[in-house]
Amino acid sequence: MLGRTAANLFWLSRYVERAENMARLLEVGYRMSLTSRREGGASEHLVSMMQAAEVDEGFDAKHEVADVDTVAHYMMFDPDNPSSVFSCLQAARTNARSVRTAITGDMWESMNGAWLEFAQIKPRDVRGAKLLGLLQWVKQRSHEFRGALLGTILRDDGFNFLQVGNFVERADNTARILDMKYYVLLPRATQVGGDLDIQQWTLILRAASAHRAYRHVYHDRYKAQNIADFLILRPEMPRSLVYCASFVQQNLDNLGKLYGRKEKCQEAADSLLAMVEGTSMEAIFTDGLHEFLNEFIARNNRVTDALSESYNFY
Amino acid sequence: MGEKTPFDEMYNPDGSVREPYRALSEWLDEQPDKALALMQTDAEAIFRKLGITFAVYGSEEGTEKVIPFDVIPRIIAANEWRRLSKGIEQRVKALNAFLYDIYHRQEILKAGRVPEKLILNNEAFCPQMMGLEPAKGVYAHIIGVDIVRVGPDEFYVLEDNLRTPSGVSYMLEDREAMMLLAPDLFHRSKVAPVETYPENLRRTLESVAPEGFKGSSPNIAVLTPGIYNSAYFEHSFLADQMGAQLCEGPDLFVDGGKVYMRTTTGPEQVDVIYRRIDDDYLDPLTFRPDSMLGVPGLFDAYRAGNVTLVNAPGTGIADDKAVYTYVPDIVEFYLGEKALLQNVPTYNCTNEDQRAWVLENIHDLVVKEVHGSGGYGMMVGPTATKAMHAEFKKKIEARPDNYIVQPTLNLSTCPTHISGDVAPRHVDLRPYVLVGDEVRITPGGLTRVALKKGSLVVNSSQGGGTKDTWVLED
Repeated sequence: MLGRTAANLFWLSRYVERAENMARLLEVGYRMSLTSRREGGASEHLVSMMQAAEVDEGFDAKHEVADVDTVAHYMMFDPDNPSSVFSCLQAARTNARSVRTAITGDMWESMNGAWLEFAQIKPRDVRGAKLLGLLQWVKQRSHEFRGALLGTILRDDGFNFLQVGNFVERADNTARILDMKYYVLLPRATQVGGDLDIQQWTLILRAASAHRAYRHVYHDRYKAQNIADFLILRPEMPRSLVYCASFVQQNLDNLGKLYGRKEKCQEAADSLLAMVEGTSMEAIFTDGLHEFLNEFIARNNRVTDALSESYNFY
Repeated sequence: MGEKTPFDEMYNPDGSVREPYRALSEWLDEQPDKALALMQTDAEAIFRKLGITFAVYGSEEGTEKVIPFDVIPRIIAANEWRRLSKGIEQRVKALNAFLYDIYHRQEILKAGRVPEKLILNNEAFCPQMMGLEPAKGVYAHIIGVDIVRVGPDEFYVLEDNLRTPSGVSYMLEDREAMMLLAPDLFHRSKVAPVETYPENLRRTLESVAPEGFKGSSPNIAVLTPGIYNSAYFEHSFLADQMGAQLCEGPDLFVDGGKVYMRTTTGPEQVDVIYRRIDDDYLDPLTFRPDSMLGVPGLFDAYRAGNVTLVNAPGTGIADDKAVYTYVPDIVEFYLGEKALLQNVPTYNCTNEDQRAWVLENIHDLVVKEVHGSGGYGMMVGPTATKAMHAEFKKKIEARPDNYIVQPTLNLSTCPTHISGDVAPRHVDLRPYVLVGDEVRITPGGLTRVALKKGSLVVNSSQGGGTKDTWVLED
């Protein structure tokens, strides 16, 4: 397989996953802003959401006011925002087009269809309830693409590159969604563990589509410790850091076996997985959740760098 | 134009249906109102969904269009096809012999049958090809021959395409769409399959691989300029159908006279390259130094016999519009036979008498730039304005060798779906030929149709559409 093809496959599924996660983040920011009890709270929640996604600087350069309309537009439609849903779908579709011979017809049609439908949408029509509907649509199209992928593609090297891209991106996003809590400030009068605090945590669960699954695992009220545990350490949760890291590691091992060699990127993935396997929630909270997540994101990036080197991405 | 009714492929002058079209005619009669319009809508949805698009140059970047597809197939009888394919085979054999000769002993020039100046001063002539021995002696492996029909037994070759003829993916997808849209019509007819094309293409490419490639079968790559090229869909489609690697220039490199692609496991040697990049851009070391599309050193690897380029560089000399006029002589010279397919009579403007006649009658004639393509740089006299007549007169006077002039042909018409109705529209035909260890002609081809009433210009870039083309079996 061409190194370029491998790179395109990796980024294709990363961008699809990213589009989905941008939609999730925006949904959380939007819901937080709706239920905010403070003056000016709406804007604050949206801004913290953008900080977590690392798109706040780009936004500030273009907009004076962070309200639902400006933020939603920036996150959904702005071609100047490289992480906007628009940019992600466009990049994914361009990648898919360059590797049409390496993906199946079903995958291509799903991707092409998503892009064509999205391109028809007029940003000014997407407000309020329509916004939530569109966010739902983005998630569904991402599910559809993944379904086409899982159902049709050969289990060869291409499959592994696609899967690694998908889960490297998902790990990054779960870490960022969790980190959002760091940027959201609790009002002075409220307590950690109080209603507002728990409400914010709940929205984070929701962003990971995990609020129902949480009940099945914990049979308990929403608690910060549990929620963080669920999204970081629980191996049965498909968006948790430990799940994503072990998935990345396995797929890189598969690639190594397929090509009959041991690569640097496998070590990077081992180190990423070791970080989440060798710790506990107590330790994470004691040392600082934000610090932990930052380190995780950095190690996750190293996996990508090592991967591109190991397999001649260009 | 307009005095003479064009040959109608479906109806005899007395209004009766021609035999090959009988099943189609009955089927059309049975279709309820709006059935065709619905099929048309479905067809467009299919093509868009599959991403069967071409980029339109000059419009916004990334604008991709679906070529209009007409749901009424064009039908060719078995005996008509036999005659046509014999003529085509003869023609491509002669053209390949001509190319071999031109790049070796140049007997045809010495014999004075083709003027030396016409070849040696021609932009399409590639001196770097002199003395080179391509595998199996084949220069043009993939050829599209543009044919028009003006009467029951009158077919003319309008143009040979020996460089990188495109459109074969439309032939295949048109058939695919037609089988989805009108399976019942297939049941009533015996239609020859076109689906064998990709397999035949692969066999052809394998048959011209350099000797001594490693592995059980040669490593084949399709070389594309990239996703913004107007024919990118076709490049990826063919690579996919053949199980070949789709490469862009930067994916390949030359080392020690061999061509490699950059893979996830390191360099892998490439044996055959079906290149969809023009000669000029193939190799910046040999051709245009400013080109980023090609592969530095590729031509040396080719000369060394370590890789086969399909088609060979320099084949353009045989489909040059000025050389075209000599093709009947070329057939006779190499094969000792009369050409089975006729050329369109062509006037030579460098000849003073002929030029004078052309300038006087320009309103009846078609003028084509020798190096133009895609319907650009041409003028159809009868439908052009007076200003255009004047403009082209000036152009011809300034550079008589840059234009060929032909009578306006009254192209045949086929029934075509036009906003709910069926009406005759002018068509041409591009059958696809593969030349390797043998000549393989796909029964059918791409029928292009001028959707505008009375228009003779069928190019997709000028708003033409395509039709599925059925060759009937006995």
